[in-house]
Amino acid sequence: MPSSLFLLIGITLMYSTPLVFGALSGVISERSGVVNIGIEGMMMVGAFTASAVSYFTGNPWLGFLAAGLTGAIIALLHAFASITFRADQTVSGVAINLLAPGLALFFCRRLFDNAAMTPVYTTLPKLFGDKALAGTPYASLNVDVTVALGLVAAVIMWFVLYKTKWGLRVRAVGEHPAAADTLGINVERTRYVCVIVSGMLAGFGGASVTLAIVSQFTQTAISGQGFIALAAVIFGKWRPHGAYGACLLFGLAQALTVILGGGDIAIPSQLMAMLPYILTIIVLVLFVGRSVAPKADGVPYRKGAR
Amino acid sequence: MEVSPEYAVQMHGIVKTFGSFRALDGVDLDVRKQSIHAILGENGAGKSTLMNVLYGLYQADGGELFLNGEKVSINSPTEAIKHGIGMVHQHFMLVENFTVTENIVLGEEVCGTAGVLDMAKARQEVVKIVEEYGLEVDPDALIEDITVGMQQRVEILKALYRGADTLILDEPTAVLTPQEIGQLIKIMRDLVSKGKTIIIITHKLKEIMSSADECTIIRRGRYMGTVDVAQTNEAELASKMVGRHVNLHVEKSPSRPGETVLSIRDLHVKDDRGIEVVKGLSLDVHAGEIVGIAGIDGNGQREFVDAIDNLVHAESGTIEVKGKQIQNTTPRNTIETGVATVPSDRHRWGLVLPFSVAENSVLERHNEERFGKGIMLDLAKVEEFARGLIEEYDIRPEGCESQPAAGLSGGNQQKVIIAREVSGEPDLLVAVQPTRGLDVGAIEFVHKSLIRERDRGAAILLVSLELDEVMDVSDTIAVIHDGQIVGSFEQGTVTEEQIGLLMAGGGSK
Repeated sequence: MPSSLFLLIGITLMYSTPLVFGALSGVISERSGVVNIGIEGMMMVGAFTASAVSYFTGNPWLGFLAAGLTGAIIALLHAFASITFRADQTVSGVAINLLAPGLALFFCRRLFDNAAMTPVYTTLPKLFGDKALAGTPYASLNVDVTVALGLVAAVIMWFVLYKTKWGLRVRAVGEHPAAADTLGINVERTRYVCVIVSGMLAGFGGASVTLAIVSQFTQTAISGQGFIALAAVIFGKWRPHGAYGACLLFGLAQALTVILGGGDIAIPSQLMAMLPYILTIIVLVLFVGRSVAPKADGVPYRKGAR
Repeated sequence: MEVSPEYAVQMHGIVKTFGSFRALDGVDLDVRKQSIHAILGENGAGKSTLMNVLYGLYQADGGELFLNGEKVSINSPTEAIKHGIGMVHQHFMLVENFTVTENIVLGEEVCGTAGVLDMAKARQEVVKIVEEYGLEVDPDALIEDITVGMQQRVEILKALYRGADTLILDEPTAVLTPQEIGQLIKIMRDLVSKGKTIIIITHKLKEIMSSADECTIIRRGRYMGTVDVAQTNEAELASKMVGRHVNLHVEKSPSRPGETVLSIRDLHVKDDRGIEVVKGLSLDVHAGEIVGIAGIDGNGQREFVDAIDNLVHAESGTIEVKGKQIQNTTPRNTIETGVATVPSDRHRWGLVLPFSVAENSVLERHNEERFGKGIMLDLAKVEEFARGLIEEYDIRPEGCESQPAAGLSGGNQQKVIIAREVSGEPDLLVAVQPTRGLDVGAIEFVHKSLIRERDRGAAILLVSLELDEVMDVSDTIAVIHDGQIVGSFEQGTVTEEQIGLLMAGGGSK
């Protein structure tokens, strides 16, 4: 029995990690006042970049970093549209979600002989090395290294947001940009930095799917994780630690899907596969409106307009 | 005036244009060190523009600026702060879910190594300033939990924390209760005695008389002179500001109350949080009479008016208009029974700002047959109707019927609402805060309109947070406290102090 409990924990952590990066991506962007519903698309681009770079260089770490870079580049588009040109942030995010799968597929076909998926490549190692704990009941606790990276990222973001002057400024910009502006804080620059970091984290999120959970990029590698991550942002009240907890819950739902769906219990797997999404809807129904978003979230800032 | 280090701020010949509009046309301002200097002008006269030039938010197109006798140029708020100028904006620039301390240090945080906040030390520094200037405020409280008066102190502390020697206060009393205004004036005096210089922007004459040393008057972007406050009076200031003689006190004949139009008995209403805020209110208003409700904000005024308008559910009690019970029906029923309301917030409740003046003028009456048949609206008729109101009520600019209401000045927006409400010749006119944010000229117009309606035979219910207004305009003054009418007096039989005591819950009738 302990081994199946460890298995459940292991799988929960595995599935929650892409969500953690995605949710942190949402937290940092929205805390600065920019709604980012393009996380799904940014994760998709990151997932593909990670695969391709890992395949060509043989180094999954390079793939991971490259995913952060391309995620940040896509986010720059979003920042440009929504901060500099004050476009509707939802529309801009939707555009990114439509653009990203196309981009990923285009480059996939260009690079891999017109195939819609990449070949298999080297993925990131396990936390304690690939051979550690093998054969013991604890084997399933030797999770992917990305699990640890996700936790570290959450801790760092919490520290920066609540314990440093930059965090205080980011939160001020997301709540009352005019107040920040009159105190000499550069609202546009703060938002740019946050959105770019948001894209980088989303890219990492995509990479932690294709460099850890699967070892091949397919068009369905990212299937709604970006949106579930957004639900986790709301559920976690726009706080890094809250979002982390929410992601564990969603990860647990996916783990249950795997464990229960594959066992002796006769629940059709199609029904089980719906679990994470149904949970997302329930959480959104219960928490949207009740948990309070940053006041200036989604509102472009115009100097002088109050 | 000569440039001299005796003056903290001197602005000479300031010109500022927006497109073809000259917002400031050669304005002078000379503010003595360690004095309270008021800038007086109607809404849109250019007071705020002048201060925004001083604070670096706007760049002047002409003129010179001297601080302590030295010529400077200020191109951004950051530079203004460096020159020791702090500004408290009319709409507070505070992050609501931050603590007082966080708001004060934001942008100039107290940090240890590598940008890590040292909030304990920041708190100490805040406490130090709080004690030095006697600006009592809890450094750990969240902004959203403290009163507006406290929030204003936080804004002043923000400026002092940044080392401001000259403080600009933009309409500082607009949001304060009478008690808080008294405290603010004391704070300003204390600051001046500790070496600070204060500039206040206002259109309230009474506060200038009770706080300022000197007063500079601006009318339509032009400099009208600077006066020593001790040598002048309210009437003189008012006529300088408006450019004609203004009646500060309302002139009216004695009322001749007729039959009872509005009769409220034992009304109970809950607010949107489910807490009972109107607790057994009873009130009568007669035809040809103005009943003014005096009270501190949040004592059930909004809810009992909303109950008359059928915007909220009354828990129990009755509201009769001309003998007909209207409680818990529909807003349309209220209107059709002959009740018109001038709502408290003209932007939120009174007008649809993006709609044209003509559309706004028929909001309650668009379905009458004269404005169209079936599902069609006869826009020509609507505009014709609006043109009539614009002419009758002198709503400016002329020919504004097809312009969006958002483009009108506050006073003219209020005229649109009053014209609309009065045009239906209501039996009961409910006016809530009808002069909020208006300048003396517009206030005079509003008060005259109320009295004209009274003399026509309407019953008027005036709800206002301005005690002066209630005392001046009403024939009967009723005091509301904690959801009940706690006293009712004929005009002239009661003093401001007695009313103030009842408003605060002291003494009972």
